[in-house]
Amino acid sequence: MDTTAQTDYNPALTGDGADKAQALVYPRIDCKDVSVFYSGKQAVFDVSLPVYDRSVTALIGPSGCGKSTFLRCLNRMNDTIDGAKVTGEIFMDGENINSPEVDPVLLRSRVGMVFQKPNPFPKSIYDNIAYGPRIHGLVEDRQELDAIVEKSLRRAGLWQEVKDRLAQPGTSLSGGQQQRLCIARAIAVRPEVILMDEPCSSLDPIATARIEELIDELRKRYCIVIVTHSMQQAARVSQRTAFFHLGHLVEMGDTDQIFTSPRERRTEDYITGRFG
Amino acid sequence: MVQQLGQLPMGWLLTALLVFVVTTGFSVGRIRAERYLVSGGHKFHSRGNYHGYYVAMWGLLPTLLIAAVYVLFSQTAVFGLLNSELPEGFHTLSKAELQSYLEAVAGAAKTGGYAGADRIFATVTSRFLELSGSLKAATLAAMILAAIGGISYARRKVAPDFRARLKVERGAEAFLFLCAAIAIATTVGIVASLLYESLRFFAQVPVTDFLFGTRWNAQTSAEFGALPLFFGTFMIALIAMFVAAPIGLFAAIYLSEYASVRTRRYMKPLLEMLAGIPTVVYGFFALLVIAPGVRAAALGINSLLINIGVTSEPFLAAQPTSALAAGLVMGVMVIPFVSSLSDDVINAVPQTLRDAAFAMGATKSETIKQIILPAALPGIVASMLLAVSRAIGETMIVVMAAGQRARISFDPSTDLTTITVQIVALLTGETQFDSPKTLSAFALGLVLFLVTLGFNLIALRVVQRYREKYE
Repeated sequence: MDTTAQTDYNPALTGDGADKAQALVYPRIDCKDVSVFYSGKQAVFDVSLPVYDRSVTALIGPSGCGKSTFLRCLNRMNDTIDGAKVTGEIFMDGENINSPEVDPVLLRSRVGMVFQKPNPFPKSIYDNIAYGPRIHGLVEDRQELDAIVEKSLRRAGLWQEVKDRLAQPGTSLSGGQQQRLCIARAIAVRPEVILMDEPCSSLDPIATARIEELIDELRKRYCIVIVTHSMQQAARVSQRTAFFHLGHLVEMGDTDQIFTSPRERRTEDYITGRFG
Repeated sequence: MVQQLGQLPMGWLLTALLVFVVTTGFSVGRIRAERYLVSGGHKFHSRGNYHGYYVAMWGLLPTLLIAAVYVLFSQTAVFGLLNSELPEGFHTLSKAELQSYLEAVAGAAKTGGYAGADRIFATVTSRFLELSGSLKAATLAAMILAAIGGISYARRKVAPDFRARLKVERGAEAFLFLCAAIAIATTVGIVASLLYESLRFFAQVPVTDFLFGTRWNAQTSAEFGALPLFFGTFMIALIAMFVAAPIGLFAAIYLSEYASVRTRRYMKPLLEMLAGIPTVVYGFFALLVIAPGVRAAALGINSLLINIGVTSEPFLAAQPTSALAAGLVMGVMVIPFVSSLSDDVINAVPQTLRDAAFAMGATKSETIKQIILPAALPGIVASMLLAVSRAIGETMIVVMAAGQRARISFDPSTDLTTITVQIVALLTGETQFDSPKTLSAFALGLVLFLVTLGFNLIALRVVQRYREKYE
């Protein structure tokens, strides 16, 4: 198998007979030579990385390797940081999202994000979910909004737990529930891509397991990019893995391949725990 | 000899003595502890320094007490003694006259320039010097004895198993407690004296007359209806808040959300400088610049209204001092109270909430209006209430630019008077401390205090309720 074929190959769609025909697809997001500078200091170096639809792409690497910074390029969250500069091209549906014509506000409604620490708004559970649909004018009336709230909470696996307490503040939930609330909040805007920045790092193992199940479920509908510190988590939830080190993309490929037969020495050292 | 002692500079002497006691005590304790160590090789519970501090503490405590008593009561004591020796002729003097005579004596004694004065004055002064000289000598002697006593008592205690560190720590704690207690005691004392004098006032003037009466004329006739003063105070504070609340809040939003780090670094201290301008400067600015402007504008409106035939006589009062002028300038003065605190509160809203809103595709203004301001609201309200308290208590601007006439009028171009202005008016000039006129100032002060306290309590409640809700 040569490299070109591998780039265009979506492993999420293999194994299932019906999807075989779609095995070769174009990437949902295609990054070309992306670099990020913070106040002139380069944090990410010429990363080219394709991200495929209906699959989970994990970004792994030691702390400070630029994986979170790179993730924030995909919905232009780096715009909100003073002194941050992004170069290179990121194509989504054939459009370079780094070009000045693209409105980051609209882009972010298509690319949702879940953060390291659960960050529900200081509003009720209902209003947390309804916030996105309201500001983007996705609904006509209350019934429609109720429906979106319920659907989003169901997809995030939280509906059964909160359906009787929608008026309570989102902050009254447990950490794991809050993180699922944040996922539901992201889903409610009907994004195409969901970015997750170490979504389980502040959660206990049980809550982590629930989120991982949820990610696996969401993969059927969305394109997911997840940054994680845990290699086990990357192995469990992702179909493709990219290994970052010191701001460079060292290696990417099918998760199985990265974890069983990495091509690069640095990748092997990292996943076998020799550094990082 | 005794007379020369009377000219001793006690401030310096007391300080020097106290410093000497502390250093001596410390050295005595420490040397004693170390001698134990060298001679017997004992294992000490506390390190040498703590024994030093302990002994110093015991030396300082009694000396400091004596010094404090001296500083507080020496003048009264000497005056009392002197008073009892004064010849018959002095007893016809009133209390205040006698006091000022004695103070003149004390002043002359300090400079020594009484040689050329009349014979009686010179005699009284030299007697004053004798008395205060012996008092000073006695005090210094007592302090030295007390220091020796304290230090030798504590020195005997120094021993390997003596827990000097614990004692010193307890002493330090007591000192810190004392500092906190002084602040509280001062407040309690002030409130108590306000209450006491107010009660004396209300014994002469009924509370209801004071609170609900609409005629205030304390200076000439005894009319103590303070309602016009309350009205004036709130009217001017309200005008001030109309200026300060929006400008302060919007400035805070700009500083915390829009300004670059660089701009913010320069702009915030500049804004806070507004709070550093002396209020008297604001006062004459209000009187000389704003008040004439307000008057001109009011006159313009009057003639306009008459010209177009809405009214036949002047509609606005257009006074040379006015509530509007004082209120506008006061508003400018309290802007930094609103903006600085609100800016801190807005900055304290976690960055994760901003990230969350931006990642949902919220615009900057949506994020500010729907996420940040609601989260920061209690702090913003608290900053407003603080500004109101400040505006109500403000004195200089209103003294200069608001006027003296007590009345209830919604015309902003007319002159009003406030609680603070009247307190100043009541207590300046010739005053007698037991007339209802003077006592009414205490009653006004009490009202001012209670209102400010009320605002602070409300601010606290708001912040607490918010905490219960979101944390």
